[in-house]
Amino acid sequence: MSRKNQIGGHDRRPGLWVYGILIAVLLGSAFPIWWSFLIGSQDAAAINKNGMMWVPGGNFIANAATVIDSIPFWTALLNSIIVSTSVAISVVAFSTLAGYAFAKLKFRGREGLLIFVIATMAVPTQLGIVPLFIVMSRLGWTGSLWAVIAPGMVTAFGVFWMTQYLRDALPDELIEAVRMDGASMIRSFWHVGLPAARPAAAMLALFTFIGTWTNFFWPFIVLDPGNPTLPVALQQLQAAFYVDYSLVLAGVVLSIIPLILVFVFLGRQLVAGIMQGAVKG
Amino acid sequence: MTVAIKADARSIRRIAISHRLSRWDVRLSPYLYISPFFVLFGLVGLFPLLYTAWVSVHDWNLIGGQGDFVGVDNYVTVLSQPYFWTSLRNTFSIFLLSSVPQVLLAIGIAAFLDYNLRAKTLWRMGVLLPYVVAPVAVALIFSNMFGDRFGLINEILGGLGIDPIRWHVDIIPSHLAIATMVNFRWTGYNALIFLAAMQAVPRDYYEAAIIDGANRLRTFWSITIPLLRPVIIFVIITSTIGGLQIFDEPRMFDTAGQGGANRQWQTLTLYIYELGWGQRNFGRASAVAWLLFLIILVIAVLNFVITRRIAGSTERRIRTKGTR
Repeated sequence: MSRKNQIGGHDRRPGLWVYGILIAVLLGSAFPIWWSFLIGSQDAAAINKNGMMWVPGGNFIANAATVIDSIPFWTALLNSIIVSTSVAISVVAFSTLAGYAFAKLKFRGREGLLIFVIATMAVPTQLGIVPLFIVMSRLGWTGSLWAVIAPGMVTAFGVFWMTQYLRDALPDELIEAVRMDGASMIRSFWHVGLPAARPAAAMLALFTFIGTWTNFFWPFIVLDPGNPTLPVALQQLQAAFYVDYSLVLAGVVLSIIPLILVFVFLGRQLVAGIMQGAVKG
Repeated sequence: MTVAIKADARSIRRIAISHRLSRWDVRLSPYLYISPFFVLFGLVGLFPLLYTAWVSVHDWNLIGGQGDFVGVDNYVTVLSQPYFWTSLRNTFSIFLLSSVPQVLLAIGIAAFLDYNLRAKTLWRMGVLLPYVVAPVAVALIFSNMFGDRFGLINEILGGLGIDPIRWHVDIIPSHLAIATMVNFRWTGYNALIFLAAMQAVPRDYYEAAIIDGANRLRTFWSITIPLLRPVIIFVIITSTIGGLQIFDEPRMFDTAGQGGANRQWQTLTLYIYELGWGQRNFGRASAVAWLLFLIILVIAVLNFVITRRIAGSTERRIRTKGTR
């Protein structure tokens, strides 16, 4: 379909009012973040005395320092990095392997197993927290990062995503060709499957990373206060300073900086990933 | 000569072995590749979920561990607790307040993004920004803005001459505030999903309609929306599964984290947490978890049946014709 021969307002440049509405939407999505900086940069006394204010105060650095002193901020940051990276790598590795098999290899039970994978995407595994907690205590893993990493190591969505992608992106002839040259199954996966999977794998890694980074429920249950991830540390901050919102929101600002940076550099890929997933899924 | 024959036989045997190895390679490899997923998913996903049913029919303490078999006692107790029913009500109320406006708003935003805009990517990124803010952070920001006494929202309402609303006291206002957090984070994300579907609508459909004299609004209602239906249902299903398990936002809405003094905004997942880790009663917590699982299952199946009914033909048309 060429986009050249469109008519009927779908190719004409829209009027200014369309941009006006979109600007309003953008302000809506940016405002709360701006607001947290606005409050996070005041000192508590000023908020209580003056009420509303629209100019950032000069206290952000001081507030941030207090926050870093009062919760294990650096530990939390490091933990979030470790957990999100490990989960992303693991999900991508296992999903690519399984996706390659489902998309490109013939084996008995393939269709049935794939349907099972798709069906499990709808299963709310989060509701298994009680037994999961029992298992983790038996293993002695409560409080350790393993307890957070292990349950995230595979996702049905990841397998489905890679299967969908590889089905179209990797021509069967290519696999046959390397097989004819005498490559073993794992070699042909390594030399043909993996390179073809790279774009979708990168996307999956990105979304898994963000999903794990922002996850709260299970880490909150299983981790100790002294060894939290960032969202768990934010909860501690709220418990400690609930009367002083300048500190709480300074902590919020600190905690969202890493993903905002990810967004600045990879936001374009995020948009593309969501839109691809929508068409395929 | 005999030596040569022997050597031949050996090499034939070697080829035979490598053939047999290769056949096993072909046969076993696929199962080897999918097994990590199934093994791990079974261990950390499926097993805990099913084992929840086992825990739910026992006396089971967080510290003391497994006790006697009690049959349906935990269910009977839980179902007679007022907090179970308020949690159920709150869960559905918050879910409706977040999903319905969110889908409508997302479709609206997608329709504007579907215009032939300058700097397309910039606008698309803009609506996605809230997605990278963790729910816990979103909840803290909005809890401040929805403050009962000095909150931004009440200040603005005051400026308009409206009395302050007790967001952290009254039931519906608290649900509205929590739903706003959910909507803030997910509307843009869903708008991009709808946008992708809109762009997959073959443009000649619009041409034909315009030749027949339809305007933009009319083509939106008569072409875009019907073709969008499968995607709308997809978004509704995923937000149902997630929305009914909502925890982060109501947990962070105040410091106590129990869903309010009278459990005005306690959701079922918060209730599970209170039973399991507050009262240390794993049996009852599991009973509620299992009930919530069944509720989600029923709704998912209903959704699925409806999807099948309505979407079938439309979906196929989008799939075969549409590219980006």
